[in-house]
Amino acid sequence: MAKPRIAIFDLACCEGCQLQIVNMEDELVQLLTLVNPVEWREAMSDQSSNYDIAIIEGSVTRSADEMRVRDIRIRAKYVIALGACAMQGGVNKLKNNFSLQEVKKEVYGYAADQAQFDTFRTKALAEVIKVDFEVPGCPIEASELAHVIKCLLTGRRPKLAEHPVCVECKMKGNCCRYEYDEVCLGPITRAGCDARCPSNGFWCFGCRGILPDANMDAAREAAALHGKSFAVLQSKLELFGSE
Amino acid sequence: MSKTVDIHVHHVTRVEGHGNIRVRATDGVIEKLEWQVPEAPRFFEAMVRGRKYEDIQTVVSRICGICSVTHSLAAIKAIENAMDIPISTQTDRLRILTHYGEQLESHILHVGYLVTPDLLGQKSVVPLVGSHPDVVNVVIDLHRLGNLMMEKLAGRKTHPVRLVPGGFAMLPTAHDLRQLKGELVAAVPKLEALAEVVANLAGGVPHFSRETEFVALVNAPTYPFYHGDVGTTDSDEIVSVLDFENVVNEYVVAHSTAKWSKWHRDSYMVGALARFNLNADYLAPLAKKTASALGLEQGCCNPYMNSVAQVVESVQVVERSIELIDEILTAGIEYQRPEAIIQAGCGAAAVEAPRGILFHRYEFDENGICVRANISIPTNQNHANIQKDFEEMVPQIIDQDQDHIRQQMEMLVRAYDPCISCSTHYLDVEFV
Ligand code: SF4
Ligand code: SF4
Ligand code: SF4
Repeated sequence: MAKPRIAIFDLACCEGCQLQIVNMEDELVQLLTLVNPVEWREAMSDQSSNYDIAIIEGSVTRSADEMRVRDIRIRAKYVIALGACAMQGGVNKLKNNFSLQEVKKEVYGYAADQAQFDTFRTKALAEVIKVDFEVPGCPIEASELAHVIKCLLTGRRPKLAEHPVCVECKMKGNCCRYEYDEVCLGPITRAGCDARCPSNGFWCFGCRGILPDANMDAAREAAALHGKSFAVLQSKLELFGSE
Repeated sequence: MSKTVDIHVHHVTRVEGHGNIRVRATDGVIEKLEWQVPEAPRFFEAMVRGRKYEDIQTVVSRICGICSVTHSLAAIKAIENAMDIPISTQTDRLRILTHYGEQLESHILHVGYLVTPDLLGQKSVVPLVGSHPDVVNVVIDLHRLGNLMMEKLAGRKTHPVRLVPGGFAMLPTAHDLRQLKGELVAAVPKLEALAEVVANLAGGVPHFSRETEFVALVNAPTYPFYHGDVGTTDSDEIVSVLDFENVVNEYVVAHSTAKWSKWHRDSYMVGALARFNLNADYLAPLAKKTASALGLEQGCCNPYMNSVAQVVESVQVVERSIELIDEILTAGIEYQRPEAIIQAGCGAAAVEAPRGILFHRYEFDENGICVRANISIPTNQNHANIQKDFEEMVPQIIDQDQDHIRQQMEMLVRAYDPCISCSTHYLDVEFV
């Protein structure tokens, strides 16, 4: 097979996930021998019209973006949602807690009604187009993206972890954040980051998204046991686009 | 026959975020010349409303992947200012060290991966892997070192985990710091090699100068990135960061989703060149030497030289990091748990992002819930200056061929190292 044509696109986001691709450095140079990058605005001047793999970072927040991703979908064989912004809306979903007029006014004041501030409720990529694969995290773990691409190149189906962050956290021997009187989303969040935050003295804030079969009741009970209300848990859940 | 110049660069490449350039001219008469910022607006100031103080840095870090440490630190400093949270000398030193890591990582990424291809006549860094492997290897090594500093000190390369109001959620070990010091010492000759490459390419830096105002943190007698108040080359006055709204004077223009700024004149510039112009006297010895070797002098008004100033600053942060690690190790690392007593208040802070001065302000109620936020990012402060540069430069080169004009304009935008995702995205040159 000819080298697959890969393109990377960004919508509303911080471009931190793309940065993890750059940060692969040596490994990136190696990966570049296996694929043919045809469009990557942040790193190259070239543009292309069709791709085997389209990697999309960021959330859909306006009609122009919606048209753009539909167009990318038509041109691409596989679409990968890169990071929390694309996968579940990420921090951008916080905007949905307010009316659009309210957020525009807050930021742009008297000029809020001008046309360039066209914006709608934040959507994850899968709310607009079919997504073939997802790479979770805010930012992604570069090794996970490399794994997904390698799977695609060899015709295997990449799989995400189906257990919670707590499992990885306990394996690392961390002292639980609840013991420090903090609220941690580890019990319901998808693992795969090696419990990065609790391993660095901070609570898990759920950036990799909530497990599809997360035991919310258990999480609620754990929080209650430590004197935390569900509202506190809920407020943390909202941060990265989970409900 | 009349000559028409019609340029439309839709989404300028090799920059963070989205920007467009539009030029239309007939027979040398410019009819349209616009720097446009169509980045999808992201509304962070609204998004943090209702969030608890302890979650703020986690959210606003996501304004920008490449300045995530700077955004976190600006937020944390503003929160500490609002709630009178004291911090230790140890915390202060470790934050500065973490922040140096981000300056190094971002500057090297910009100079090495995004600007050098222009100077070598390539469209991306990829062909350089084959043609200039030695340059690429030095760039990779230095970039990795900046990342390593953030990883060891803040827990992750992008979006720090350990930086919290009151201090560090987890501290590095003395072993980590000694390891970093070893790598930093080994980086010095690599930086010298990079400076030499840049010196040889400096002939390719366009000759264009326009007198403007430069704005940066000042904190004599240091070359500040993290402490200080706001200084300008247009006057001797120094403005407290608590009054930053009097500096940025933001306004909205029709062709941009980002807000623009002006202070003493129609536009001002922030970033490495501004910092250099205000603080060059306080550079460390090797950084000073590098500046003169690269022909960078205080008072330089060539915006393309911003990338050169970034090389000088890369040397500066490596030199200072080595000293700082010695200071921290000599004092000994002491376990300190970050503490905060929640109280109502309003606070502001400024920190130098790699691409210029960044301001954050927050107001909290008595439960530590954010009720108001205001963030002024460096790239927005530069927009008006980019437009003014275009207005002066394009008439000077309008007789040249369209591709050349386009390239000079794209390179100019790139020199500012804009990070449009913050401003909320840009770069498209449209010749219409
Ligand atoms: S998922 Fe996080 S790191 Fe990735 S683009 Fe979105 S905000 Fe940035
Ligand atoms: S710190 Fe968080 S992830 Fe770790 S065990 Fe406790 S709840 Fe689970
Ligand atoms: S610990 Fe939680 S918040 Fe941290 S990286 Fe993992 S999933 Fe994301």
